[in-house]
Amino acid sequence: MAMPITHYLRTSKMPHIWCAGCGHGMVLGAVLRAIDSLGLDKDQVCVVSGIGCASRAPGYLDFNTLHTTHGRALAFATGIRMVKPGMKVIVLTGDGDAAAIGGNHLIHAARRNIGIATVCFNNSIYGMTSGQYSPMTPTGSYASTAPYGHIEEPFDLCELVYAAGASYVARGTAYHALLLSKLIAKAIATDGFSFVEAITQCPTYYGRRNRMRTAVDMLKWQKEHGVPVASAARMSPEEMVGKFRIGELGTRTRPEYTRRYAAIIEVAEKGEAERDA
Amino acid sequence: MLRKAGARLMQGNEACAEGAIAAGLRFFAGYPITPSTEIAEGLALLLPKVGGRFIQMEDEIASISAIIGASLAGAKSMTATSGPGFSLKQEGIGFAAYTEVPCVIVNVQRVGPSTGVPTAPAQGDVMQARWGTHGDHPIVVLCPSSVAETFTLIIEAFNISERWRIPVIFLMDEVVAHMREKVVVPDVNGIPVVERPRPQVSPDDYLPYAAGEDLVPAMADFGTGYRYHVTGLTHDQTGFPTTKRPEVDALARRLDGKMKKAAPHVTFVDELFADDAEVVVFAYGITGRAAAKAVRDARAQGLKAGLVKAKTLWPFPDEHVRRLAQRVRAIVVPEMNMGQMVREVERAAAGMAKVVGLSRVDADPITPDEILARLREV
Amino acid sequence: MPGSVEAGPAVEGRPPEVPVEINAKWCKGCDICVAFCPKEVLVRPEGEKAQVAHPEKCTRCGLCEIMCPDLAIVVIPARKGARAQAQGGAGDA
Repeated sequence: MAMPITHYLRTSKMPHIWCAGCGHGMVLGAVLRAIDSLGLDKDQVCVVSGIGCASRAPGYLDFNTLHTTHGRALAFATGIRMVKPGMKVIVLTGDGDAAAIGGNHLIHAARRNIGIATVCFNNSIYGMTSGQYSPMTPTGSYASTAPYGHIEEPFDLCELVYAAGASYVARGTAYHALLLSKLIAKAIATDGFSFVEAITQCPTYYGRRNRMRTAVDMLKWQKEHGVPVASAARMSPEEMVGKFRIGELGTRTRPEYTRRYAAIIEVAEKGEAERDA
Repeated sequence: MLRKAGARLMQGNEACAEGAIAAGLRFFAGYPITPSTEIAEGLALLLPKVGGRFIQMEDEIASISAIIGASLAGAKSMTATSGPGFSLKQEGIGFAAYTEVPCVIVNVQRVGPSTGVPTAPAQGDVMQARWGTHGDHPIVVLCPSSVAETFTLIIEAFNISERWRIPVIFLMDEVVAHMREKVVVPDVNGIPVVERPRPQVSPDDYLPYAAGEDLVPAMADFGTGYRYHVTGLTHDQTGFPTTKRPEVDALARRLDGKMKKAAPHVTFVDELFADDAEVVVFAYGITGRAAAKAVRDARAQGLKAGLVKAKTLWPFPDEHVRRLAQRVRAIVVPEMNMGQMVREVERAAAGMAKVVGLSRVDADPITPDEILARLREV
Repeated sequence: MPGSVEAGPAVEGRPPEVPVEINAKWCKGCDICVAFCPKEVLVRPEGEKAQVAHPEKCTRCGLCEIMCPDLAIVVIPARKGARAQAQGGAGDA
């Protein structure tokens, strides 16, 4: 950590609103360590969020920060990135914000491969509205809107976003915080669209209803179920049942959207100039 | 300027696109929808020529979101749509109104509700243009009735939005949008272009939502050293969320006050023979054209008729209608809807003059003869 | 954070060799640091905030700092001589 974390925080706004033991602060710490490792100029960093617990993060950060409408952070961020391609645009979003109401913008931002780094704080629940299931809630778990046990299957969000065309997709957890900050740093440094799913704990709503009363219990669960990509490669499907891979899950190089558009401007302006000459 | 000044034959949507660029538009995000699509098509071609940027987003919600982001980054931005898309954009319009981010939203009205008749004109969105999004909020709604007026009024839309930091709805209808007429394109330098108020203080002293006497806060662009916070949550002068009752009240009243301060500067009304008229037509959009013809015909037949054509629908020209009602016998309000602005005219007239609506809702514009017939009855 | 802790600036006037600084105003008492500290340096009496109980056992591994959800913990690098070991602990893959 070159700079202390307070260098990136609006300390007068702390302590944050997240519940005791909520993993969001751990993921936010990883985000800030990632930004610090890249030595970014704070004036050129823009952090955009939608609505939900995770989306309160930008308010605490000393960057250009924008707290938008539910699910739409990536669309707002697209406008910013198009107009200021020199800025580093980072979206902080939750599993509901990104994959439910925001799903359409998520897959299209990935398809376009626009240079936005997205960190999805995935706690598998709607925390802000106190405990409804989300597109990432595991089958069989309990939520305020799944009192009989959840009957839906969650997305594999990383597969979804990578299939849509993202340049970099990775998954980490609050427990594996150092790995997470490295993955986020790589995502931010990626030229095209990058996505990091950060599995994080919600003891207040998810944990309490699903036999994991404390944040410590939930972090132990992350430790036991998160399997590094290299290890998973050596494991059988049976061994991987109920577990998930952490680390870099997909990388490809595709031209970044605003760079491609810059080429259009060049052609158009030249054409205009020739016509006037 | 893309093309030299001088007379040209232009489609309404084309005039909207070129006028917007003349006003300084540099970012457009939109989604195809009849009868507005030519605006997007025009800007896809023209914006890069002036170093601007166009994007077709995945839906209308993404489009309004993208233009707000672009405006925060410092670009004059616009989107264009029609009824169904306009309905989808309402939450975003409310966000822009509450965070006071300048932007222009074009709504080319078609027969609604729902899918309706996509290729036919209507004027059924005028109340939605004012109250479509939830909660009290400032909004300005302009409405052109010719291709030439579309060119000049879209420039006003940008200038108002930038000057007052209020989203402006540019309410066209399918006829004005698709018909072609002569437009005398002015020289670029002659076009008045207004920029948003910028901070006059250093970043350390900058309060993003502190406002002076005109109630309009100075606005810094993202990426210029003023690292500030913008949120749709109720916010105080510092831009951060608050639930303190006095602060919630203060923001609501400042935004309302800002509308009142802007009203005299943004209310555009044209008149024809209204000075000595005994009976007047209050009309807007394409209906205003038919009304002008009806009024001329009435005069030719010795009936002292006049026209008040509103180019600003909101804030409603209350004062104008109130003064009118004091001296005329009746006001006829023809609309391609079941009667929407007629309610506002009735309210402003306050019983001082008879107010009579005229509704046509069959997908065709109202004709001068229909208006003339009603003028003779009142 | 040192800046905002009542105990005043981190460096001067601090007892020598306190390895970990906890911002009592930000800490919400979630017990994560207490549970995952490999050397059981930290404790949290009922109804109180996390505290350094056994500074002498601290290896400055930095785990508490990176796992604190309240961003309330800072591991102070050792003075000259002992090299700061701020590398990752169990949290690393």
